[in-house]
Amino acid sequence: MTDMSVNKRAAILSFILLIGGLLLWEAAIPGQKAVGELTEYERLTGGGAQKAGVPPPSQVLEKAWEQLSDPFYDAGPNDKGIGIQIGYSIYRVLAGYFLAALIAIPLGFLIGMSPVAYKALNPFIQVLRPISPLAWMPLALFIIQDSETSAIFVIFICSIWPMLINTAFGVAGVRKDWVNVARTHELGALRTAFMVILPAAAPTIVTGMRISIGIAWLVIVAAEMLVGGTGIGYYVWNEWNNLDLTSVIFSILMIGVVGMALDAMFGVLQRFVVYSE
Amino acid sequence: MTTPFLSVERLSQRYPDGEGGQTTIFENASFGIERGEFVVILGHSGCGKSTIMNILAGLAEASEGVVIMDGKEVSGPSLDRGVVFQNYSLLPWLSALKNVTFAVAARYPDWSKDQVLSHSKKHLEMVGLSADVFHRKPSQLSGGMRQRVSIARAFSISPKLLLLDEPFGALDALTRGTIQDELLKVWAGTNQTVFMITHDIDEAILLADRILLMTNGPFARVAESVEITIPRPRNRIEIVEHPNYYAIRNHLVQFLGKHSKELAGPTDAVENRPETVRIDKTAPAARSPKKLAV
Repeated sequence: MTDMSVNKRAAILSFILLIGGLLLWEAAIPGQKAVGELTEYERLTGGGAQKAGVPPPSQVLEKAWEQLSDPFYDAGPNDKGIGIQIGYSIYRVLAGYFLAALIAIPLGFLIGMSPVAYKALNPFIQVLRPISPLAWMPLALFIIQDSETSAIFVIFICSIWPMLINTAFGVAGVRKDWVNVARTHELGALRTAFMVILPAAAPTIVTGMRISIGIAWLVIVAAEMLVGGTGIGYYVWNEWNNLDLTSVIFSILMIGVVGMALDAMFGVLQRFVVYSE
Repeated sequence: MTTPFLSVERLSQRYPDGEGGQTTIFENASFGIERGEFVVILGHSGCGKSTIMNILAGLAEASEGVVIMDGKEVSGPSLDRGVVFQNYSLLPWLSALKNVTFAVAARYPDWSKDQVLSHSKKHLEMVGLSADVFHRKPSQLSGGMRQRVSIARAFSISPKLLLLDEPFGALDALTRGTIQDELLKVWAGTNQTVFMITHDIDEAILLADRILLMTNGPFARVAESVEITIPRPRNRIEIVEHPNYYAIRNHLVQFLGKHSKELAGPTDAVENRPETVRIDKTAPAARSPKKLAV
Protein backbone atom coordinates (compact mmCIF):
# COMPACT_ATOMS: atom_id res chain seq x y z
CA MET A 1 0.00 0.00 0.00
CA THR A 2 2.72 2.43 0.99
CA ASP A 3 4.49 2.35 -2.36
CA MET A 4 1.33 3.24 -4.28
CA SER A 5 1.46 6.59 -6.05
CA VAL A 6 -0.58 9.53 -4.75
CA ASN A 7 -2.68 9.52 -7.92
CA LYS A 8 -3.58 5.87 -7.54
CA ARG A 9 -4.55 6.27 -3.91
CA ALA A 10 -6.63 9.34 -4.71
CA ALA A 11 -8.43 7.47 -7.52
CA ILE A 12 -9.28 4.62 -5.18
CA LEU A 13 -10.55 7.04 -2.55
CA SER A 14 -12.70 8.86 -5.14
CA PHE A 15 -14.19 5.58 -6.26
CA ILE A 16 -14.99 4.55 -2.68
CA LEU A 17 -16.61 7.94 -2.01
CA LEU A 18 -18.71 7.61 -5.18
CA ILE A 19 -19.95 4.12 -4.35
CA GLY A 20 -20.52 5.04 -0.69
CA GLY A 21 -22.44 8.17 -1.65
CA LEU A 22 -24.64 6.33 -4.14
CA LEU A 23 -25.40 3.57 -1.64
CA LEU A 24 -26.34 6.11 1.03
CA TRP A 25 -28.60 7.87 -1.43
CA GLU A 26 -30.22 4.62 -2.54
CA ALA A 27 -30.77 3.58 1.09
CA ALA A 28 -32.19 6.96 2.06
CA ILE A 29 -35.07 6.76 -0.46
CA PRO A 30 -38.09 5.04 1.20
CA GLY A 31 -39.50 2.34 -1.04
CA GLN A 32 -43.13 2.50 -2.23
CA LYS A 33 -45.24 -0.06 -0.38
CA ALA A 34 -47.02 -2.65 -2.49
CA VAL A 35 -50.82 -2.32 -2.54
CA GLY A 36 -51.27 -5.60 -0.72
CA GLU A 37 -49.39 -4.31 2.35
CA LEU A 38 -51.59 -1.22 2.76
CA THR A 39 -53.98 -0.92 5.65
CA GLU A 40 -57.62 -0.16 5.06
CA TYR A 41 -57.07 3.45 6.21
CA GLU A 42 -54.13 4.00 3.92
CA ARG A 43 -56.10 2.72 0.94
CA LEU A 44 -58.97 5.09 1.72
CA THR A 45 -56.66 8.12 2.00
CA GLY A 46 -55.06 7.44 -1.36
CA GLY A 47 -51.86 5.97 -0.01
CA GLY A 48 -51.74 3.57 -2.90
CA ALA A 49 -51.31 6.30 -5.53
CA GLN A 50 -47.85 6.85 -7.08
CA LYS A 51 -45.98 9.32 -4.89
CA ALA A 52 -43.57 11.78 -6.45
CA GLY A 53 -40.33 11.30 -4.58
CA VAL A 54 -36.65 11.87 -5.16
CA PRO A 55 -35.62 8.96 -7.35
CA PRO A 56 -32.86 6.62 -6.23
CA PRO A 57 -29.54 6.64 -8.15
CA SER A 58 -30.37 3.37 -9.83
CA GLN A 59 -33.24 5.06 -11.66
CA VAL A 60 -31.05 8.04 -12.57
CA LEU A 61 -28.42 5.70 -13.99
CA GLU A 62 -31.09 3.89 -15.94
CA LYS A 63 -32.32 7.24 -17.30
CA ALA A 64 -28.77 8.27 -18.14
CA TRP A 65 -28.23 5.04 -20.06
CA GLU A 66 -31.47 5.50 -21.92
CA GLN A 67 -30.77 9.15 -22.79
CA LEU A 68 -27.11 8.76 -23.62
CA SER A 69 -27.72 5.76 -25.87
CA ASP A 70 -29.82 7.99 -28.13
CA PRO A 71 -28.81 11.58 -27.38
CA PHE A 72 -29.92 13.19 -30.64
CA TYR A 73 -33.51 12.07 -31.13
CA ASP A 74 -36.05 14.74 -31.95
CA ALA A 75 -39.70 13.93 -31.28
CA GLY A 76 -41.18 17.41 -31.35
CA PRO A 77 -40.54 20.68 -29.51
CA ASN A 78 -40.96 19.23 -26.03
CA ASP A 79 -39.17 15.96 -26.55
CA LYS A 80 -35.61 16.26 -27.78
CA GLY A 81 -32.54 14.22 -26.89
CA ILE A 82 -30.15 15.50 -24.27
CA GLY A 83 -27.41 15.88 -26.89
CA ILE A 84 -29.56 18.28 -28.90
CA GLN A 85 -30.39 20.33 -25.79
CA ILE A 86 -26.77 20.54 -24.71
CA GLY A 87 -25.78 21.34 -28.27
CA TYR A 88 -28.12 24.36 -28.28
CA SER A 89 -26.71 25.55 -24.97
CA ILE A 90 -23.11 25.17 -26.08
CA TYR A 91 -23.86 26.97 -29.33
CA ARG A 92 -25.34 29.94 -27.41
CA VAL A 93 -22.52 30.01 -24.90
CA LEU A 94 -19.83 29.90 -27.56
CA ALA A 95 -21.55 32.49 -29.77
CA GLY A 96 -21.91 34.99 -26.92
CA TYR A 97 -18.52 34.11 -25.54
CA PHE A 98 -16.59 34.58 -28.77
CA LEU A 99 -18.35 37.84 -29.52
CA ALA A 100 -17.29 38.99 -26.06
CA ALA A 101 -13.70 37.83 -26.61
CA LEU A 102 -13.64 39.63 -29.95
CA ILE A 103 -14.36 42.89 -28.18
CA ALA A 104 -12.86 42.33 -24.72
CA ILE A 105 -9.37 41.28 -25.78
CA PRO A 106 -8.58 44.15 -28.19
CA LEU A 107 -10.27 46.65 -25.89
CA GLY A 108 -8.43 45.22 -22.88
CA PHE A 109 -5.20 45.60 -24.84
CA LEU A 110 -5.95 49.26 -25.45
CA ILE A 111 -6.89 49.87 -21.84
CA GLY A 112 -3.77 48.09 -20.63
CA MET A 113 -1.51 50.08 -22.94
CA SER A 114 -2.98 53.49 -22.28
CA PRO A 115 -3.39 54.89 -18.78
CA VAL A 116 -5.77 57.51 -20.20
CA ALA A 117 -8.06 54.90 -21.72
CA TYR A 118 -7.89 52.95 -18.48
CA LYS A 119 -8.94 55.91 -16.37
CA ALA A 120 -11.63 56.96 -18.83
CA LEU A 121 -13.25 53.53 -19.13
CA ASN A 122 -12.80 52.35 -15.57
CA PRO A 123 -15.96 53.98 -14.11
CA PHE A 124 -18.13 52.38 -16.81
CA ILE A 125 -16.58 48.99 -16.22
CA GLN A 126 -17.02 49.28 -12.47
CA VAL A 127 -20.72 50.10 -12.82
CA LEU A 128 -21.57 47.58 -15.54
CA ARG A 129 -19.57 44.67 -14.17
CA PRO A 130 -21.55 43.89 -10.99
CA ILE A 131 -24.91 43.84 -12.83
CA SER A 132 -26.37 40.36 -12.80
CA PRO A 133 -26.48 39.25 -16.43
CA LEU A 134 -30.13 38.21 -16.09
CA ALA A 135 -31.05 41.78 -15.18
CA TRP A 136 -30.29 42.63 -18.80
CA MET A 137 -32.79 40.08 -20.04
CA PRO A 138 -35.97 42.23 -20.16
CA LEU A 139 -34.12 45.06 -21.86
CA ALA A 140 -32.51 42.64 -24.29
CA LEU A 141 -35.85 41.01 -25.08
CA PHE A 142 -37.42 44.38 -25.70
CA ILE A 143 -34.67 45.77 -27.89
CA ILE A 144 -33.67 42.60 -29.73
CA GLN A 145 -37.20 41.16 -29.94
CA ASP A 146 -35.79 37.67 -30.25
CA SER A 147 -35.36 35.28 -27.35
CA GLU A 148 -32.57 33.31 -28.99
CA THR A 149 -30.44 36.40 -29.64
CA SER A 150 -31.29 37.78 -26.22
CA ALA A 151 -29.86 34.67 -24.57
CA ILE A 152 -26.67 35.09 -26.61
CA PHE A 153 -26.55 38.74 -25.59
CA VAL A 154 -26.80 37.81 -21.93
CA ILE A 155 -23.88 35.41 -22.34
CA PHE A 156 -21.97 38.13 -24.17
CA ILE A 157 -22.50 40.67 -21.40
CA CYS A 158 -21.56 38.30 -18.58
CA SER A 159 -18.42 36.93 -20.19
CA ILE A 160 -16.99 40.23 -21.36
CA TRP A 161 -15.89 41.58 -17.95
CA PRO A 162 -13.43 39.00 -16.68
CA MET A 163 -11.77 38.90 -20.10
CA LEU A 164 -11.64 42.68 -20.38
CA ILE A 165 -10.26 43.22 -16.90
CA ASN A 166 -7.73 40.40 -17.05
CA THR A 167 -6.47 41.46 -20.47
CA ALA A 168 -6.02 45.05 -19.32
CA PHE A 169 -4.32 43.90 -16.13
CA GLY A 170 -2.04 41.47 -17.95
CA VAL A 171 -1.04 43.98 -20.60
CA ALA A 172 -0.42 46.77 -18.10
CA GLY A 173 1.72 44.45 -16.00
CA VAL A 174 4.14 43.37 -18.74
CA ARG A 175 7.66 43.75 -17.39
CA LYS A 176 9.23 46.95 -18.60
CA ASP A 177 12.49 45.13 -19.33
CA TRP A 178 10.74 43.02 -21.97
CA VAL A 179 9.24 46.07 -23.59
CA ASN A 180 12.73 47.57 -23.58
CA VAL A 181 14.05 44.45 -25.32
CA ALA A 182 11.46 45.09 -28.04
CA ARG A 183 12.36 48.77 -28.23
CA THR A 184 16.11 48.22 -28.47
CA HIS A 185 15.48 45.74 -31.28
CA GLU A 186 13.35 48.27 -33.14
CA LEU A 187 10.27 46.08 -33.24
CA GLY A 188 7.32 48.05 -34.55
CA ALA A 189 4.13 48.56 -32.56
CA LEU A 190 2.38 45.58 -34.14
CA ARG A 191 5.35 43.22 -33.77
CA THR A 192 5.87 44.36 -30.17
CA ALA A 193 2.21 43.61 -29.46
CA PHE A 194 2.36 40.13 -30.97
CA MET A 195 5.91 39.12 -30.10
CA VAL A 196 6.26 40.55 -26.62
CA ILE A 197 3.11 41.87 -25.01
CA LEU A 198 0.69 39.17 -26.10
CA PRO A 199 2.87 36.22 -25.01
CA ALA A 200 3.81 38.03 -21.80
CA ALA A 201 0.18 38.76 -20.92
CA ALA A 202 -1.21 35.48 -22.31
CA PRO A 203 -1.37 33.57 -19.00
CA THR A 204 -3.41 36.37 -17.40
CA ILE A 205 -5.63 36.71 -20.48
CA VAL A 206 -6.33 32.97 -20.61
CA THR A 207 -7.15 32.99 -16.90
CA GLY A 208 -9.74 35.67 -17.65
CA MET A 209 -11.09 33.59 -20.53
CA ARG A 210 -11.35 30.58 -18.25
CA ILE A 211 -13.29 32.54 -15.62
CA SER A 212 -15.57 33.88 -18.36
CA ILE A 213 -16.46 30.51 -19.83
CA GLY A 214 -17.30 29.26 -16.34
CA ILE A 215 -19.62 32.20 -15.71
CA ALA A 216 -21.16 31.87 -19.18
CA TRP A 217 -22.01 28.23 -18.53
CA LEU A 218 -23.56 29.14 -15.16
CA VAL A 219 -25.64 31.87 -16.75
CA ILE A 220 -26.88 29.98 -19.80
CA VAL A 221 -28.88 27.56 -17.63
CA ALA A 222 -30.71 30.41 -15.93
CA ALA A 223 -31.17 32.32 -19.19
CA GLU A 224 -32.66 29.30 -20.96
CA MET A 225 -35.07 28.73 -18.10
CA LEU A 226 -36.34 32.23 -18.86
CA VAL A 227 -36.35 32.25 -22.65
CA GLY A 228 -37.42 28.61 -23.07
CA GLY A 229 -37.65 26.65 -26.29
CA THR A 230 -34.41 24.71 -26.34
CA GLY A 231 -31.26 24.19 -24.36
CA ILE A 232 -30.25 22.37 -21.24
CA GLY A 233 -31.69 25.08 -18.96
CA TYR A 234 -35.05 24.79 -20.66
CA TYR A 235 -34.79 21.01 -20.44
CA VAL A 236 -34.30 21.11 -16.66
CA TRP A 237 -37.28 23.40 -16.25
CA ASN A 238 -39.45 21.37 -18.63
CA GLU A 239 -38.72 18.13 -16.78
CA TRP A 240 -39.53 19.89 -13.53
CA ASN A 241 -42.93 20.80 -15.00
CA ASN A 242 -43.31 17.18 -16.03
CA LEU A 243 -42.39 16.21 -12.46
CA ASP A 244 -39.79 13.90 -13.98
CA LEU A 245 -37.18 14.26 -11.23
CA THR A 246 -35.05 11.50 -12.66
CA SER A 247 -34.50 13.62 -15.78
CA VAL A 248 -33.91 16.71 -13.64
CA ILE A 249 -31.14 15.00 -11.69
CA PHE A 250 -29.68 13.50 -14.83
CA SER A 251 -29.59 16.89 -16.58
CA ILE A 252 -28.04 18.55 -13.51
CA LEU A 253 -25.22 16.01 -13.72
CA MET A 254 -24.86 16.68 -17.45
CA ILE A 255 -24.56 20.42 -16.78
CA GLY A 256 -21.71 19.64 -14.40
CA VAL A 257 -19.96 17.36 -16.86
CA VAL A 258 -20.16 19.85 -19.75
CA GLY A 259 -18.98 22.69 -17.49
CA MET A 260 -16.03 20.59 -16.44
CA ALA A 261 -15.19 19.82 -20.07
CA LEU A 262 -15.31 23.50 -21.05
CA ASP A 263 -13.07 24.39 -18.12
CA ALA A 264 -10.65 21.59 -18.97
CA MET A 265 -10.30 22.94 -22.52
CA PHE A 266 -9.12 26.24 -21.15
CA GLY A 267 -6.91 24.42 -18.69
CA VAL A 268 -5.10 22.89 -21.67
CA LEU A 269 -4.82 26.30 -23.34
CA GLN A 270 -3.45 27.73 -20.11
CA ARG A 271 -0.74 25.10 -19.90
CA PHE A 272 0.17 25.96 -23.47
CA VAL A 273 0.74 29.69 -22.87
CA VAL A 274 2.22 29.62 -19.39
CA TYR A 275 5.91 30.40 -18.91
CA SER A 276 8.15 30.59 -15.91
CA GLU A 277 10.64 33.35 -15.33
CA MET B 1 40.60 67.68 -30.99
CA THR B 2 38.77 65.46 -33.44
CA THR B 3 35.27 64.35 -32.59
CA PRO B 4 35.27 60.84 -31.14
CA PHE B 5 33.03 58.05 -32.47
CA LEU B 6 30.64 58.54 -29.57
CA SER B 7 30.48 61.94 -28.02
CA VAL B 8 28.51 62.75 -24.91
CA GLU B 9 28.12 66.48 -24.66
CA ARG B 10 27.10 68.37 -21.55
CA LEU B 11 24.61 65.80 -20.45
CA SER B 12 22.51 66.64 -17.37
CA GLN B 13 19.73 64.75 -15.71
CA ARG B 14 17.36 66.28 -13.22
CA TYR B 15 14.32 64.86 -11.51
CA PRO B 16 11.64 66.63 -9.49
CA ASP B 17 12.52 66.08 -5.84
CA GLY B 18 8.91 65.87 -4.70
CA GLU B 19 9.04 69.19 -2.87
CA GLY B 20 8.69 71.45 -5.86
CA GLY B 21 12.42 71.63 -6.49
CA GLN B 22 14.75 69.53 -8.56
CA THR B 23 17.42 66.99 -7.84
CA THR B 24 20.34 67.03 -10.19
CA ILE B 25 21.73 63.55 -10.68
CA PHE B 26 24.61 64.63 -12.87
CA GLU B 27 25.43 67.85 -14.62
CA ASN B 28 27.25 68.83 -17.79
CA ALA B 29 28.90 65.45 -18.14
CA SER B 30 30.99 65.24 -21.28
CA PHE B 31 33.14 62.40 -22.51
CA GLY B 32 33.97 60.54 -25.67
CA ILE B 33 34.46 56.95 -26.72
CA GLU B 34 36.56 55.92 -29.71
CA ARG B 35 35.55 53.28 -32.21
CA GLY B 36 36.53 49.80 -31.04
CA GLU B 37 37.21 50.97 -27.50
CA PHE B 38 36.08 49.08 -24.39
CA VAL B 39 35.10 51.66 -21.79
CA VAL B 40 33.93 50.81 -18.30
CA ILE B 41 32.23 53.25 -15.99
CA LEU B 42 32.69 52.90 -12.22
CA GLY B 43 30.95 54.80 -9.48
CA HIS B 44 28.84 54.44 -6.39
CA SER B 45 25.12 53.76 -6.49
CA GLY B 46 23.08 56.85 -7.19
CA CYS B 47 25.65 58.61 -9.33
CA GLY B 48 23.59 58.10 -12.44
CA LYS B 49 25.56 55.39 -14.24
CA SER B 50 22.42 53.55 -15.20
CA THR B 51 20.77 56.78 -16.28
CA ILE B 52 23.70 57.51 -18.60
CA MET B 53 23.40 53.97 -19.94
CA ASN B 54 19.69 54.37 -20.58
CA ILE B 55 20.26 57.67 -22.34
CA LEU B 56 22.91 56.07 -24.56
CA ALA B 57 20.50 53.22 -25.27
CA GLY B 58 17.80 55.72 -26.14
CA LEU B 59 15.47 54.34 -23.49
CA ALA B 60 15.57 57.55 -21.45
CA GLU B 61 15.93 61.17 -22.37
CA ALA B 62 18.42 63.55 -20.79
CA SER B 63 17.19 66.79 -19.28
CA GLU B 64 19.93 68.65 -21.14
CA GLY B 65 22.73 67.79 -23.50
CA VAL B 66 23.15 65.52 -26.47
CA VAL B 67 24.77 62.25 -27.40
CA ILE B 68 26.25 62.03 -30.86
CA MET B 69 27.20 58.67 -32.29
CA ASP B 70 28.93 58.32 -35.63
CA GLY B 71 27.93 61.88 -36.57
CA LYS B 72 24.25 61.46 -35.70
CA GLU B 73 22.35 62.49 -32.63
CA VAL B 74 21.01 59.64 -30.54
CA SER B 75 17.25 59.75 -30.13
CA GLY B 76 15.21 56.70 -29.23
CA PRO B 77 16.36 53.10 -29.14
CA SER B 78 17.93 51.55 -32.19
CA LEU B 79 19.52 48.33 -33.38
CA ASP B 80 22.74 50.32 -33.70
CA ARG B 81 22.98 50.23 -29.94
CA GLY B 82 22.70 46.77 -28.43
CA VAL B 83 21.97 46.43 -24.74
CA VAL B 84 22.64 43.63 -22.27
CA PHE B 85 20.64 44.25 -19.11
CA GLN B 86 21.48 42.83 -15.73
CA ASN B 87 18.29 40.78 -15.62
CA TYR B 88 15.25 39.86 -17.63
CA SER B 89 16.62 40.71 -20.98
CA LEU B 90 15.58 37.31 -22.32
CA LEU B 91 11.97 36.67 -23.22
CA PRO B 92 11.02 33.74 -20.97
CA TRP B 93 8.50 32.17 -23.37
CA LEU B 94 11.11 31.79 -26.12
CA SER B 95 13.90 29.23 -26.24
CA ALA B 96 17.51 30.37 -26.01
CA LEU B 97 17.84 30.04 -29.77
CA LYS B 98 14.63 31.94 -30.52
CA ASN B 99 15.74 34.73 -28.21
CA VAL B 100 18.66 35.22 -30.57
CA THR B 101 16.90 34.55 -33.88
CA PHE B 102 14.24 37.18 -33.30
CA ALA B 103 16.96 39.78 -32.82
CA VAL B 104 18.92 38.60 -35.88
CA ALA B 105 15.73 38.60 -37.97
CA ALA B 106 14.98 42.14 -36.79
CA ARG B 107 18.50 43.27 -37.65
CA TYR B 108 18.70 41.58 -41.05
CA PRO B 109 15.12 41.50 -42.33
CA ASP B 110 16.06 40.26 -45.79
CA TRP B 111 18.00 37.21 -44.62
CA SER B 112 16.57 33.76 -45.23
CA LYS B 113 15.45 31.59 -42.32
CA ASP B 114 18.51 29.36 -42.69
CA GLN B 115 20.85 32.33 -42.66
CA VAL B 116 19.24 33.69 -39.50
CA LEU B 117 19.42 30.28 -37.87
CA SER B 118 23.04 29.55 -38.67
CA HIS B 119 24.12 33.08 -37.71
CA SER B 120 22.32 32.74 -34.35
CA LYS B 121 23.74 29.29 -33.66
CA LYS B 122 27.23 30.50 -34.48
CA HIS B 123 26.99 33.24 -31.89
CA LEU B 124 25.55 30.94 -29.23
CA GLU B 125 28.46 28.59 -29.82
CA MET B 126 30.87 31.51 -29.63
CA VAL B 127 29.87 32.19 -26.02
CA GLY B 128 30.41 28.55 -25.11
CA LEU B 129 26.86 27.19 -25.28
CA SER B 130 26.39 23.72 -26.72
CA ALA B 131 23.60 22.72 -29.08
CA ASP B 132 21.71 20.76 -26.42
CA VAL B 133 20.74 23.93 -24.55
CA PHE B 134 19.57 25.87 -27.63
CA HIS B 135 15.99 24.72 -27.23
CA ARG B 136 15.71 25.28 -23.51
CA LYS B 137 13.68 28.11 -22.08
CA PRO B 138 15.56 30.72 -20.03
CA SER B 139 14.01 29.35 -16.83
CA GLN B 140 15.73 26.04 -17.57
CA LEU B 141 19.13 27.70 -17.86
CA SER B 142 21.49 28.75 -15.10
CA GLY B 143 22.07 32.47 -14.50
CA GLY B 144 25.43 32.25 -16.23
CA MET B 145 23.98 30.54 -19.29
CA ARG B 146 21.20 33.12 -19.55
CA GLN B 147 23.71 35.93 -19.57
CA ARG B 148 25.72 34.10 -22.23
CA VAL B 149 22.60 34.02 -24.38
CA SER B 150 22.13 37.76 -23.82
CA ILE B 151 25.73 38.40 -24.81
CA ALA B 152 25.39 36.16 -27.87
CA ARG B 153 22.29 38.07 -28.90
CA ALA B 154 24.02 41.42 -28.45
CA PHE B 155 27.02 40.39 -30.56
CA SER B 156 24.88 38.67 -33.19
CA ILE B 157 23.35 41.96 -34.31
CA SER B 158 26.78 43.68 -34.46
CA PRO B 159 25.60 46.99 -33.05
CA LYS B 160 27.78 50.05 -33.51
CA LEU B 161 27.82 50.42 -29.76
CA LEU B 162 27.31 47.63 -27.24
CA LEU B 163 25.97 48.68 -23.85
CA LEU B 164 26.43 46.33 -20.90
CA ASP B 165 24.50 47.26 -17.77
CA GLU B 166 26.15 45.34 -14.95
CA PRO B 167 25.84 42.16 -16.98
CA PHE B 168 27.53 39.98 -14.37
CA GLY B 169 26.07 41.64 -11.29
CA ALA B 170 23.69 38.82 -10.45
CA LEU B 171 26.19 36.01 -10.96
CA ASP B 172 28.39 34.24 -8.44
CA ALA B 173 32.11 35.01 -8.49
CA LEU B 174 33.22 31.82 -10.24
CA THR B 175 30.65 32.02 -13.01
CA ARG B 176 31.44 35.67 -13.42
CA GLY B 177 35.08 34.82 -14.03
CA THR B 178 34.37 32.34 -16.80
CA ILE B 179 31.88 34.61 -18.53
CA GLN B 180 34.31 37.50 -18.39
CA ASP B 181 36.74 35.26 -20.25
CA GLU B 182 34.07 34.38 -22.82
CA LEU B 183 33.23 38.04 -23.26
CA LEU B 184 36.89 38.94 -23.80
CA LYS B 185 37.27 36.11 -26.30
CA VAL B 186 34.20 37.12 -28.30
CA TRP B 187 35.06 40.79 -28.15
CA ALA B 188 38.68 40.21 -29.24
CA GLY B 189 37.48 38.86 -32.57
CA THR B 190 35.49 42.00 -33.37
CA ASN B 191 36.03 45.70 -33.50
CA GLN B 192 33.07 46.19 -31.22
CA THR B 193 32.78 49.42 -29.25
CA VAL B 194 31.63 48.62 -25.72
CA PHE B 195 30.37 50.76 -22.88
CA MET B 196 29.87 48.88 -19.65
CA ILE B 197 28.73 49.56 -16.10
CA THR B 198 30.15 47.55 -13.26
CA HIS B 199 30.71 47.66 -9.52
CA ASP B 200 33.63 45.30 -9.67
CA ILE B 201 37.07 46.95 -9.86
CA ASP B 202 38.91 43.80 -10.92
CA GLU B 203 36.38 43.15 -13.64
CA ALA B 204 36.84 46.70 -14.88
CA ILE B 205 40.63 46.39 -15.06
CA LEU B 206 40.44 43.02 -16.79
CA LEU B 207 38.05 44.17 -19.48
CA ALA B 208 38.55 47.86 -20.10
CA ASP B 209 40.76 49.98 -22.29
CA ARG B 210 39.72 52.93 -20.20
CA ILE B 211 37.79 53.35 -16.97
CA LEU B 212 35.60 56.38 -16.35
CA LEU B 213 35.30 57.27 -12.67
CA MET B 214 32.28 59.08 -11.40
CA THR B 215 31.97 61.17 -8.27
CA ASN B 216 29.09 60.59 -5.91
CA GLY B 217 25.69 62.07 -6.67
CA PRO B 218 23.87 64.39 -6.59
CA PHE B 219 25.73 66.63 -9.03
CA ALA B 220 27.79 63.64 -10.02
CA ARG B 221 30.27 63.99 -12.84
CA VAL B 222 32.75 61.87 -14.70
CA ALA B 223 35.89 63.02 -12.92
CA GLU B 224 38.65 60.82 -14.28
CA SER B 225 39.39 58.67 -17.23
CA VAL B 226 41.96 56.05 -16.26
CA GLU B 227 43.82 54.30 -19.04
CA ILE B 228 44.48 50.64 -18.45
CA THR B 229 48.09 50.27 -19.46
CA ILE B 230 48.12 46.50 -19.49
CA PRO B 231 48.60 44.91 -22.91
CA ARG B 232 46.04 42.52 -24.38
CA PRO B 233 45.32 39.69 -24.61
CA ARG B 234 44.74 39.62 -20.90
CA ASN B 235 43.61 36.82 -18.71
CA ARG B 236 42.51 36.82 -15.11
CA ILE B 237 45.47 34.87 -13.79
CA GLU B 238 48.32 36.59 -15.55
CA ILE B 239 46.97 40.12 -15.28
CA VAL B 240 47.66 40.35 -11.54
CA GLU B 241 51.36 39.74 -12.21
CA HIS B 242 51.63 42.82 -14.35
CA PRO B 243 53.47 45.69 -12.60
CA ASN B 244 50.72 48.14 -13.49
CA TYR B 245 47.90 46.06 -12.09
CA TYR B 246 48.10 47.00 -8.44
CA ALA B 247 49.11 50.57 -9.17
CA ILE B 248 45.95 51.05 -11.22
CA ARG B 249 43.87 49.09 -8.75
CA ASN B 250 45.11 51.21 -5.83
CA HIS B 251 44.30 54.35 -7.73
CA LEU B 252 40.76 53.15 -8.39
CA VAL B 253 40.24 52.04 -4.80
CA GLN B 254 41.50 55.39 -3.54
CA PHE B 255 39.18 57.23 -5.88
CA LEU B 256 36.09 55.24 -5.01
CA GLY B 257 36.90 55.15 -1.31
CA LYS B 258 37.94 58.77 -0.88
CA HIS B 259 38.03 61.09 -3.85
CA SER B 260 34.58 60.24 -5.14
CA LYS B 261 33.21 61.81 -1.98
CA GLU B 262 35.68 64.72 -1.79
CA LEU B 263 35.08 65.70 -5.39
CA ALA B 264 31.30 65.43 -5.07
CA GLY B 265 29.03 68.40 -5.40
CA PRO B 266 28.32 70.96 -8.08
CA THR B 267 31.09 72.69 -10.02
CA ASP B 268 31.09 76.01 -11.76
CA ALA B 269 32.47 74.54 -14.96
CA VAL B 270 30.24 74.79 -18.01
CA GLU B 271 31.50 71.41 -19.05
CA ASN B 272 32.78 68.60 -16.84
CA ARG B 273 35.28 66.63 -18.88
CA PRO B 274 37.20 63.83 -17.18
CA GLU B 275 40.88 64.22 -16.52
CA THR B 276 42.93 61.54 -18.23
CA VAL B 277 45.05 59.52 -15.83
CA ARG B 278 47.78 57.28 -17.14
CA ILE B 279 49.58 54.99 -14.73
CA ASP B 280 52.44 53.06 -16.28
CA LYS B 281 55.11 51.51 -14.10
CA THR B 282 56.78 49.89 -17.09
CA ALA B 283 57.75 53.25 -18.61
CA PRO B 284 60.61 54.55 -16.42
CA ALA B 285 59.90 58.19 -17.26
CA ALA B 286 56.46 58.14 -15.69
CA ARG B 287 56.84 56.76 -12.21
CA SER B 288 54.06 58.69 -10.63
CA PRO B 289 50.51 59.15 -11.88
CA LYS B 290 50.67 61.72 -14.61
CA LYS B 291 47.68 63.79 -15.37
CA LEU B 292 47.05 65.03 -18.87
CA ALA B 293 44.42 67.48 -19.83
CA VAL B 294 42.24 66.35 -22.70
